[in-house]
Amino acid sequence: MKIEGLGPLVAEHPFFAGMDPAALEIVVGCCANVVFKPGAFLYRQGEPAEKFYLIRDGMVAIEIYVPGRPPIAMETIESGEIIGWSWLMPPYKWGNDARAADTVRAISIDGACLRGKMEKDRVLGYEIYKRFMPIMARRLSQSRLRIVELATEPSGE
Amino acid sequence: MDGHALSSPGSLPPDLMIPRLFRINKVKKEVPGVFTWHMTSLDGAPLVYKPGQFNMLYLFGVGEVPISISGDCRDPTKLVHTIRAAGSVTKAMAKLQAGAVIGVRGPFGRPWPVEEVYGSDILFVTGTIGLAPLRPLILEILHQRDKFGKVVICYGSRGTGDILFEEDLHTWRGRFDTNVHVTVHSAPAGYRGRVGSVAAAVRIAKIDGESTQAFVCRSETMTRPAVDALHERGITSDRIWVTLERNMKCGVGLCGHCQFGPTYMCKDGPVYRFDQIQDLFSVREI
Repeated sequence: MKIEGLGPLVAEHPFFAGMDPAALEIVVGCCANVVFKPGAFLYRQGEPAEKFYLIRDGMVAIEIYVPGRPPIAMETIESGEIIGWSWLMPPYKWGNDARAADTVRAISIDGACLRGKMEKDRVLGYEIYKRFMPIMARRLSQSRLRIVELATEPSGE
Repeated sequence: MDGHALSSPGSLPPDLMIPRLFRINKVKKEVPGVFTWHMTSLDGAPLVYKPGQFNMLYLFGVGEVPISISGDCRDPTKLVHTIRAAGSVTKAMAKLQAGAVIGVRGPFGRPWPVEEVYGSDILFVTGTIGLAPLRPLILEILHQRDKFGKVVICYGSRGTGDILFEEDLHTWRGRFDTNVHVTVHSAPAGYRGRVGSVAAAVRIAKIDGESTQAFVCRSETMTRPAVDALHERGITSDRIWVTLERNMKCGVGLCGHCQFGPTYMCKDGPVYRFDQIQDLFSVREI
């Protein structure tokens, strides 16, 4: 029986589409296969941000803790997307909670491990940043547009 | 396709300025601030309309407002309007009970295309009250389901408590031939549905952009981002249909209140093909 590593799973995720195989091999060295049951936390606000996740299957809810009230889900992340960028920049702490809305299968990537490799290999670092920036920009833009929508469309209450 | 033809005066009702009397048979509270009237005419005659058209609803002694028809155009004896209490007239309308009589002029405006898009995949993109003007089109397309490819509905609301026509969405989602994506801006922790923007739902919708016709009914502010998401999916501007609204008064392009650049929205709209109107979207202060 042939046992395959995580390489093919990582390579087929849209986040790493078209990445140079040698660079991908470096990334795979920081990866692990993970499964979260419904309701399990991928990470929690304030904790050290040590990983990010390639979502392979399932849905993750980004939640904000509200003192004295139940948490509020602000966004959901689905199969084919990534979650988590707080590992990229100081203070390397999560700014929100991430919880599995259903069974989530993902690849976790060790942020500290990858940061070290990106420091040594700036080409790899640039490649990773190039892949993160459009996602961050799109989510920021969508958040701004949702604020505009909430501000311009009456709630009816 | 050259877009749909302008309405011709010959197809207009005989006396456009005299309201017909309609009795409200039922008032349904939909979500906070939004209600639906189910009405029939006092003269017993039907009000024949096409999906996307609107009526001028007259609350006597208060005022007249343009409201899209939200019912099933296959039954013109029943007139259905879904209204958000937003201004002085609609807030007064929200106080009416079943049995009240109002004035109705119409139908006005260019409808959504139906026959022109036979054979295409259909994608609806809408949010909050925008589902009301699209509902007649969704119903009509489902009546003629075999004439279309995939049908996908992307709908967004503020929260889980103000999803308009929730029963309809459940019904449509329950069909084997229709996909429904509902997104909310925020939700209590533990909610199992999608949270985020409608654009995110458009990005994951299973469609073939090259064979899709998209129907967008959002506020003018939110139409542009919706169109951007459709472009990302390969749907070109000549296959995107949007609605625009201004201060419609006469309903037939005479008074000029709803003039928007070279068009009168009451007559040439409210439905436009995006490539025919897109330049006006970037013009401020119109």
